[in-house]
Amino acid sequence: MSTHSTATIAQDHVHDDHHGAPKGLLRWVFTTNHKDIGTLYLVFSLLMFLVGGGMAMIIRAELFQPGLQLVNPEFFNQMTTMHALVMIFGAVMPAFVGLANWMIPMMIGAPDMALPRMNNWSFWILPFAFTMLLSTLFMPSGGPASGWTLYPPLSLQTGNSFAFVIFAIHMLGISSIMGAINVIATILNMRAPGMTLLRMPVFVWTWLITAFLLIAVMPVLAGAVTMLLTDRFFDTSFFNAAGGGDPVMFQHIFWFFGHPEVYIMILPAFGIISEVIPTFARKPLFGYTAMVYATASIALLSFIVWAHHMFTVGMPLGAELFFMYATMVIAVPTGVKIFNWVSTMWRGSMTFETPMLFALAFVILFTIGGFSGLMLAVVPADFQYHDTYFVVAHFHYVLVTGAVFGIMAAVYYWLPKWTGNMYNERLGKIHFWWSVISVNVLFFPQHYLGLAGMPRRIPDYAVQFADYNMISSVGGFAFGLAQLLFAFIVWQCARGGVKATAQVWEGARGLEWTLPSPAPYHTFEEPPTIDDSMVAHGDTAH
Amino acid sequence: MTHADTHNPDRYFIPHNAPWPIVGSIGMTALLAGAAMAMNGSASGKVTMLTGVAFIIVMLFGWFGQVVRESVGGYYNSQVDTSFRMGMLWFIFSEVMFFGAFFGALFYARVFVVPWLGGEGHGVMTNALLWQGFDPVWPTNGPAAIGGNFDTVPAFGVPLVNTLILLTSGLTVTMAHWALKNAQRRALVLWLAATVTLGFLFVYLQAEEYIHAYQELGLTLGSGIYGSTFFMLTGFHGMHVTLGAIMLTVIMFRAAKGHFTDANHFGFEGVAWYWHFVDVVWLGLFVFVYVV
Ligand code: HEM
Ligand SMILES: [Cu+2]
Repeated sequence: MSTHSTATIAQDHVHDDHHGAPKGLLRWVFTTNHKDIGTLYLVFSLLMFLVGGGMAMIIRAELFQPGLQLVNPEFFNQMTTMHALVMIFGAVMPAFVGLANWMIPMMIGAPDMALPRMNNWSFWILPFAFTMLLSTLFMPSGGPASGWTLYPPLSLQTGNSFAFVIFAIHMLGISSIMGAINVIATILNMRAPGMTLLRMPVFVWTWLITAFLLIAVMPVLAGAVTMLLTDRFFDTSFFNAAGGGDPVMFQHIFWFFGHPEVYIMILPAFGIISEVIPTFARKPLFGYTAMVYATASIALLSFIVWAHHMFTVGMPLGAELFFMYATMVIAVPTGVKIFNWVSTMWRGSMTFETPMLFALAFVILFTIGGFSGLMLAVVPADFQYHDTYFVVAHFHYVLVTGAVFGIMAAVYYWLPKWTGNMYNERLGKIHFWWSVISVNVLFFPQHYLGLAGMPRRIPDYAVQFADYNMISSVGGFAFGLAQLLFAFIVWQCARGGVKATAQVWEGARGLEWTLPSPAPYHTFEEPPTIDDSMVAHGDTAH
Repeated sequence: MTHADTHNPDRYFIPHNAPWPIVGSIGMTALLAGAAMAMNGSASGKVTMLTGVAFIIVMLFGWFGQVVRESVGGYYNSQVDTSFRMGMLWFIFSEVMFFGAFFGALFYARVFVVPWLGGEGHGVMTNALLWQGFDPVWPTNGPAAIGGNFDTVPAFGVPLVNTLILLTSGLTVTMAHWALKNAQRRALVLWLAATVTLGFLFVYLQAEEYIHAYQELGLTLGSGIYGSTFFMLTGFHGMHVTLGAIMLTVIMFRAAKGHFTDANHFGFEGVAWYWHFVDVVWLGLFVFVYVV
C-alpha cells in the first residue's frame, strides 16, 4: 500500500505531485505517471470516438436514401476510409492502452509501468499522428479514399495526401510498439512478490498476449505501407505485375498484420468481460486456466488465417481450403470463452449494474458476430458475401458490440476507482438500453442487405435496398446520440457524485479494489503482501 | 516525500517530468511531414525535414544523456536493468518482424508471383492474355522488363567480404564483452574500436557496391521486383548497420569514460545484441538475396 496520506489525496483528486511538478498543461505533457498517461489515452480515445462517430453519421446520412444525397462519392469514400482508421487506431486501440496503463500496475501490485518515460512518448505520438492523418482531409486532393485496407493499385492513386497517410500510420505503429513493449516489461518484471503468472487477473493475461501480437504485426504493417510508398514515389515494383510484382502480395502482407490486428482489438475486451462477470455474478471465474490457454491459442492461430480476407482474389484451391479450416478452428477456443462466461454466471447471485449489462450484451452480441464470421469463413459462401454489407455487419458486431461494449463495460466498472465517485447509475442504464437497442437497429439489417447483395463502400445503391438502409441509418443516428450521453455521464462522474468505497462493487476481487477510491497518485510504492483473499483468480477456493 | 528522486536501491526508480518525449514527437512529425512535402515536390520539405532531424538529435542527447547520468549515478537497481533488457529484446523482435515483411515479399515474389506470371498453375490465362513470351526466371524485372537490362551483384565478391567483415565484428564485440567482464578497460575500448571500424567498413563497401550497381550494372531500385527487393532489403539492413555502428561508437566513448562495470553494463549489452541481430539479418540476406 501507498505510504501517502491517502485521506488528503482523496480530497483533492487533482494529484499533488510533490516535486513541484508543472501544473496545468505541462503536467500532462511531461507526465510519467501511469494514471495520468492512462487518463490521457482514455480522453484521447473518447475524442477520436466522437470524431470517427461524426464520420459514421455522414456515411449513414448519405445512405439514408438511394441516390446521391449529401456528399460527393469521392468524399464518401474518404469518410469510410477515415472512419475505419480513426476508430481502429484512434479510438479502440488507445482505449485499451489507456485501460492497460491505469489498471495493470494496480492489478499486479507495481508502482508504475516499467518504462515510464517511454510510456509518455507512446501517448504523445498519437495526437501528432492524428493531426497529420486528419489534416489530409483538408488538402486540395482530399484524404485517402481507398478504404482503410489501402489496397494497391487503387490506393496508389491517392493524391498529395498519400505520403502523409503512410507516415501517420508509421507513427501510430511506433506508438503501439512502444506501448506494447512497456506492457510486456511491466507484466513480466513488475509483479509484486506472490503475484505469480497464474494468479494474474485475466485482463492482465489478455493484455500480455495482445502486446505480443502488437509487437509481432505492427512492424509488418509498417513494411507493407513502406512498400506502397516506394512503389508510389521511388519506382519499386512490389505491387506491379509488369515489373514482376503482384498487387495481391500487398493483401497477403497487409492481412498478415490485419487479422492479428482484429484480435488485438478483442482480446483485451475478453479480459475485461472476464473481470466484470465474476464480480456481478459473485462467483469466481469458471475455468481460469482454460481462459488463459484459450487466449493464447486464439493469438497463435490468428497468424495462420489471414487469407480468409482474400478468398475471392484467386488463390490456389489448397490455400483456400487451408485458410477456411484454420479460420474455423479459431471458433473452438472462442467458444471455450463463451461457455466459461456463461458457466460463471450459472447459479451466481447476479445483479445488473451498467458494467454487467454491457458485459452481458457483449457475450450475446459478440457471439452473433462470431457466427457471421464462421459463415464468412466458408469459402463458397464468402464468394457471395465478400465485400458486401454482410461483412460490414459481421465486423461491427465484433467491434462495436464486442470491442466497444467491452471498453464501455470497463469504463463503468473502473470509473469509480479512477474518480472516486459513482457514475449516475440511472443514466448509465439509459445509456445501455439506448445503445443496445439502437446498435441492433443499426447493424442487424445490414446482414440482410449483404445477403441480398448490397456492396460495401458505395455511396449509392439499388432501390430494393432502400428500406433496410433507412432503418439502419435511423439506428445509426440514435446510437450516435447515445454516445453523447455516454460522454456526459463520464464528464459528470469526473466532476463529482456519490463517493465510492474502496471496493466499489460488492463482489469485486483483486488488488485494485484494496486501494482507496480514487486511487492515489502513487500506489504500491511498497509491494503489497498478497494473500489469496486479494487476488481475483487463481485460487479455486473462494 | 515518499518515493524517490533519491536513489534507494530497494525501490524501482520512477522518473518524473520527462521533457524529451514531446521534443521527439515534434521532431518525428516535422521529419515525416517534411519528407511527405518533399515527395509532393514542395520546396519547403527539406527545411522541415532538417528541423525535424535537429529536434530528434536534441531529444537523443537530452534523453540518453539523462539516462546515462542516472545509470552512472546508481539510480537503477537490478529490476530496472531487467526492464531495459526486456525493452531492448522486444524492440529487436519488432525489428525482426519488420525485416520479415520484406523477406516475405522476396519469397512470395520468387516462389509464387514470377512463376504465375510465366503461366504456371492458375496463371495460365494471365500469361496467355497479358504476358506471352515472359521467361519466368529469377532474377527478373518482370514481363515488361521495368527499368531495362541489368546484371546482379555476384555473391562471392564484395558481399562475401562483407559477410566475413560482419562475422568478424560479431567476434570482436564478444571479445569486448569478455574484456568488460574482466574489467580490462583498455582492451574493451580497443575491441569496440575494432568493431566500429569493421561496421563502418561494411557500410563503405556496401555504398561502393551500390554505386557500382547503379552506374555499371544497370541495377537500380527501379529494376522491377528484383531491384525492389534487393535494394529495400540491403538498404534497410545498411541503415541498421549504420545505426548500430553509431551506437557502438557512443558505447566506445562511454566505455573509455569508465561507465561500465561488470554488474552494470546494460548499455553495452543492448547495443551488442543489436549488433548481433544486424549480423544475423545479413546472413539471411547473403543467402537469400545474393547466393540462392
Ligand atoms: C469466430 C471468429 C471469426 C471468424 C471466423 C471471422 C471471419 C471473418 C472473415 C472470413 C472475414 C472476411 C470476410 C470478407 O471480407 O469476405 C472477416 C472480416 C472481418 N472480421 Fe472477422 N472473424 C471472426 C472474428 C472477428 C473478430 C473477433 C473481429 C474483431 C474484433 C473481426 C473483425 C473483422 C473485420 C474488421 C473484418 C473486415 C475487414 C475488412 O475487410 O475491412 N472478426 N472475418
Ligand atoms: Cu480475419
